[in-house]
Amino acid sequence: MTGEAPILTLHAVSVALGGRRRLFGRSVPPVRAVNDVSLAIDAGEILALVGESGCGKTTLGRTILGLQREASGDIRLDGTAVGGLPPAKARKARNAIQYVHQDAAAALDPWWSIGRTLREGLLIHGVSDAAERRRLVEAMLAAVGLDAAAGRRYPHELSGGQLRRVALARILLLRPRLLILDEPTSGLDMSVQATVLQLLLDLRDRLGLTYLFISHDLSVVERLSDRVAIMYLGRIVETAPTRTVFARPAHPYTRSLLAAAPRLDRSNRAERATLTGDPPTHARLPAGCAFYGRCPVSMERCASVPPALRPVTPGHEVACHLAEPDIPPLALRTGMAAAAVPR
Amino acid sequence: MIPILSVRDLKVSIKGDEGIAAILDNVGLTIETGRILGVVGESGCGKSTLIRAIMGILPRAARIEAGAITFEGENLLVFSETELNQRIRGSRIGFIPQDPLLALNPVFKVGTQLLEIMRDHAPDNGLRGAARKRSHVARLVGLLRRMQVPDPDAALERYPHQFSGGQRQRLLIAAALACSPSLVIADEPTTALDVTTQNQILLLLRELVAEFNLSMLFVTHDFGVVAELCDDLCVIYAGQSVEAGPVDAVLGSPAHPYTRALLACHPERASSFRGIPGSVPSPLAAPPGCRFAPRCADVLAECVKQAPPAGHAPSGAVVRCVHYA
Repeated sequence: MTGEAPILTLHAVSVALGGRRRLFGRSVPPVRAVNDVSLAIDAGEILALVGESGCGKTTLGRTILGLQREASGDIRLDGTAVGGLPPAKARKARNAIQYVHQDAAAALDPWWSIGRTLREGLLIHGVSDAAERRRLVEAMLAAVGLDAAAGRRYPHELSGGQLRRVALARILLLRPRLLILDEPTSGLDMSVQATVLQLLLDLRDRLGLTYLFISHDLSVVERLSDRVAIMYLGRIVETAPTRTVFARPAHPYTRSLLAAAPRLDRSNRAERATLTGDPPTHARLPAGCAFYGRCPVSMERCASVPPALRPVTPGHEVACHLAEPDIPPLALRTGMAAAAVPR
Repeated sequence: MIPILSVRDLKVSIKGDEGIAAILDNVGLTIETGRILGVVGESGCGKSTLIRAIMGILPRAARIEAGAITFEGENLLVFSETELNQRIRGSRIGFIPQDPLLALNPVFKVGTQLLEIMRDHAPDNGLRGAARKRSHVARLVGLLRRMQVPDPDAALERYPHQFSGGQRQRLLIAAALACSPSLVIADEPTTALDVTTQNQILLLLRELVAEFNLSMLFVTHDFGVVAELCDDLCVIYAGQSVEAGPVDAVLGSPAHPYTRALLACHPERASSFRGIPGSVPSPLAAPPGCRFAPRCADVLAECVKQAPPAGHAPSGAVVRCVHYA
């Protein structure tokens, strides 16, 4: 389903958070949580946004949604500019984009029945006929694999997997086209996670949805997504089709991330490189590449010149001075083959 | 070799408002000296109750109905609270909790908290008073250095919020090792961490087990982590241990229908995301016999009559399933 026109494009989007100017004493500069991000999501595709906690993936999600105003850059929905707006106006312009919370239980009112919660969204969005609301809610409960009786239940009566389905139903009633899924299966047991992932795939096909799938679980990302964007300290460091990222990761950070992910297959365990140290904080970014300092293959230039995101092959973009187009893969040149994950 | 810890046919029930819940029913496991046993199960399967039973910190309403827990040749179930505190907990069995932020008090310095554990449980080597404390500080600083905590002397003077998640977990691993235990129980210590940090901690734990002659019970729900870290594996479903054996055997050719179904849900193995039909039974109304029977694809008439006996799978794993009896 990929290859269609992009539903959403971001061009050089940066987001600054916090910061304070003081009359006396030292001012606190704002933190660049998202730094010069350019990204396009095609209609119907599942784009995974992967990165460690604090890398800015949730802030980017909130910015796309319109809850967080970007400091600079251009955001287009179906080719129409929707950037630079205050939150209330931005949400209106971006009605087609909706967000599914990570913690489904926390997103529901414990005192309201599931049915009432679901109907409220429709009421707010202008479905004034009560019978029509009831009908839509029942149809949507069925679509996410719950029976109509679930509408009379309260959140505490449902299991974790069922709550995820309710959270999905609530958002899907608003007829979004692009869903931002923030860790949709975190905290679920493996057998339940499997059914929720299957539901997401079914709904995408049936309702023609597009997903921006925020996750740090690489085994899920590998199975679910069409394309992957890897984020490190507010920047996108690599984007490529899922298969390419897992077979030929080009950025040293992507390699470290893949090497660190626990895998069932123990055959190549000993050969994998590990990443040392903690990520630096947004407040104290290195002048050059953000990964400099933890990178096993960095050079002098990396310390001072931030690498731009450039294509190495069509559809595969990398922000690394060492990854250049039309030359043999990085692993061969630097002897870093150990860090690559053989598939 | 003599196992350092063995749990046999453990039955634990908890009395609540809605009746008696049979939380654990015939759980058995063995940790051989020097090995890491992973205990895997989905939420609510009784993993935490099992850890609490071993450490003797079950809630008041809980009752051990049957079974035995043997640690270094001694039956833990006959010890009094005082004996457990003086001889076992903290000193011979160390514990690494799931959430390091929850386990540390935010208003006390890290050093104060870790040294308090050592004051109560660490061997004193014949020293008393200030000399004993100095030896504890020296040991702790050495351990923190080994855990790759930067600037260990200064770390003791800092507060928990001044450390990252991975560093906090390193502090607690040091605390668990400070009293020279022979067995360490770890309760999902890496769930809250990012993959690269998780990987660092798992590698560290593996090194420490060899270096300090430890054995380890590692509770998790993540088969990937088990594959990375553990030597042996025990799978628990709804309070019953269903399959146990070396990791390669169990992950390589899972025998019990539950183990097979669960591994088939793993994104790395799944052909499609079908999940396991049905849901985990409530311990208040656990089905008789094998608790997986209502969801099992290969269920037989005798499965629901009595709990299946332990049998051997071709892989060498011990399986509680009529198909291998």
